[in-house]
Amino acid sequence: MEVLEYGFMQRALLASLMVGLVAPAVGIFLVQRRLSLLGDGLGHVALTGVAVGVLTSTAPVGAALVAAVLGAVLIELIRARGRTSGDVALAVLFYGGIAGGVVLLSLAPRGQATNLDAYLFGAITTTAPADLAVFAVITVLVLAVVGLLGQRLYAVSDDEEYARAVGLPVLALNVLLAALVAATVVLSMRVVGLLLISALMIVPSAIAQLLARSFRQALYLACAIGLVVSLSGTTASYYTGTPSGGTIVLLAIALFLLVSLGVALRDLTAHRRHHRRGDVHAAHPHEHGAGCGHEPVPHGDHVDYDHDGHRHAPHLTGAGVHYDEHGDQAAAPASPGRGAE
Amino acid sequence: MSQHPAAGTAVRLRDASIGYGDVPIVSRVDLTVRYGEALAVLGSNGSGKTTLARGLLGLAPVLGGEVELLGAPVGRLRERGRVGYVPQRHTVSGAVPATVREVVAVGRLARLGLFRRLGAADRAAVGEAVAAVGLADRMEEPVASLSGGQQRRVLVARALAAQPELLIMDEPTAGVDAASQDALAAVLARVSATGTTLLVVTHETGPLSGVLTRAVVVDHGRIRYDGPLAGADAAAGPGRHDHCGPPAEPAGTGYRLDQPTVTTGSRGSR
Repeated sequence: MEVLEYGFMQRALLASLMVGLVAPAVGIFLVQRRLSLLGDGLGHVALTGVAVGVLTSTAPVGAALVAAVLGAVLIELIRARGRTSGDVALAVLFYGGIAGGVVLLSLAPRGQATNLDAYLFGAITTTAPADLAVFAVITVLVLAVVGLLGQRLYAVSDDEEYARAVGLPVLALNVLLAALVAATVVLSMRVVGLLLISALMIVPSAIAQLLARSFRQALYLACAIGLVVSLSGTTASYYTGTPSGGTIVLLAIALFLLVSLGVALRDLTAHRRHHRRGDVHAAHPHEHGAGCGHEPVPHGDHVDYDHDGHRHAPHLTGAGVHYDEHGDQAAAPASPGRGAE
Repeated sequence: MSQHPAAGTAVRLRDASIGYGDVPIVSRVDLTVRYGEALAVLGSNGSGKTTLARGLLGLAPVLGGEVELLGAPVGRLRERGRVGYVPQRHTVSGAVPATVREVVAVGRLARLGLFRRLGAADRAAVGEAVAAVGLADRMEEPVASLSGGQQRRVLVARALAAQPELLIMDEPTAGVDAASQDALAAVLARVSATGTTLLVVTHETGPLSGVLTRAVVVDHGRIRYDGPLAGADAAAGPGRHDHCGPPAEPAGTGYRLDQPTVTTGSRGSR
């Protein structure tokens, strides 16, 4: 492969591999919490950090990391105080971060501020070997934390009040998650750019959420999707000469649209099949009920009727009584007596 | 209904006020619940019954007096896993799909501290809890695919997975179909028989009248009645008036018949 012959492309692909894996691993918890824009907000705070780094001639990435983690902790503390909603806290952070970045950078000597483009939109082909080392450290850190505490992070993201009631350290876990998001933002900054990080955190998770049956499955799927779009986006951008960050995100969104369409079609055909089966039973001679001659089988919260070896679950539709075919799984030990006659 | 008469108290409130900010919703309440009791906390909307439960769970601050849970002041109870909680929520489904097993396993985390992973015993407890609510065959299914009543049973299983000594439930039967209500009553009867203390906040005792033995009626943040469940209807029914209810319909108009009106003296919303 031609792309692999150049050192800068090898580093670019390695960087996108790590980013593609890590961003969805934290992003899925944000999707679960319905705080999908948190990554974007922290990205703007990181911008202030970058500006501080440029102004003081220290490492902009380090300064961005400090700023983003501080912002992350701040937003959780504001949320925990309970007087300001997470939404408003996020908005204040979002605007404050970008305003701080713009104002601070305007104070920098002429010529310096042009660096900003690299942080805003990413320039993965400029990834240096030292950057790779930093990325690797953050990748290992994020994956280790998610591996170790993923179930707790899920618990807090899913039902914060319940988590608090049973004594999980909710504030600490929230701050930890926000700090992980901040670290991931800074990690991804050079690859997809500040403005597109949130997309790489959220869009793979949004795709996985459409396909998965369990949270664990969704997490693995999101990471796999992130990996694939990140690597293929970087490769594609090499051939097309388009910016890598934008290419990766457009690929992810195209995949999201495709999967959404597929899922919608699947649901539609399932619905049709359901109705076709309903037609078969349009000539059903009677409504199932007590003493209809068919064996009633309690199933969860309703009663199925054994009808020539398959189960009928009656429900009302616009066209009258309709029968769902319910599988032959063992009947749940439902209410004693109800419908047993 | 095994009770442990002399085994100490599961819940003790002494002159306790609970509320939000500086505003007490429950004020200067005394209540003692012994281990193994099955208590209904009754009251109309806004009476303070939910706030009372939230105070016990540490979700609403205690503004005055003392609140003790399993022998410890509520803020200092270390093993919160000993208290189970079923929130008033109609569905479980978050934005990302999760299976019944995953949701119920969260309940077990309360017993494990911050870093310990679920072991074989924990997974067995999760399985038992799911089986107890009659959903063993739905273990690996996404909770979003279950009916509303079944999702409520998943929340009950989540609380049971920690094998709590005290189980606090907020309106577990509200909006649940009759079959799920019966299933829930059967589960609670079994849980109660093992000595678990039950505290059920509800506005309708009907479905659980076979399980709950004692009732307190909360009204305007104070306890108006404390005694056998059977007597609670008398305390909550006639002789009380509703400040917020609609005015009595003049006989014969009937034009609001299709609307859910409050029936005077019903055991329901009082």
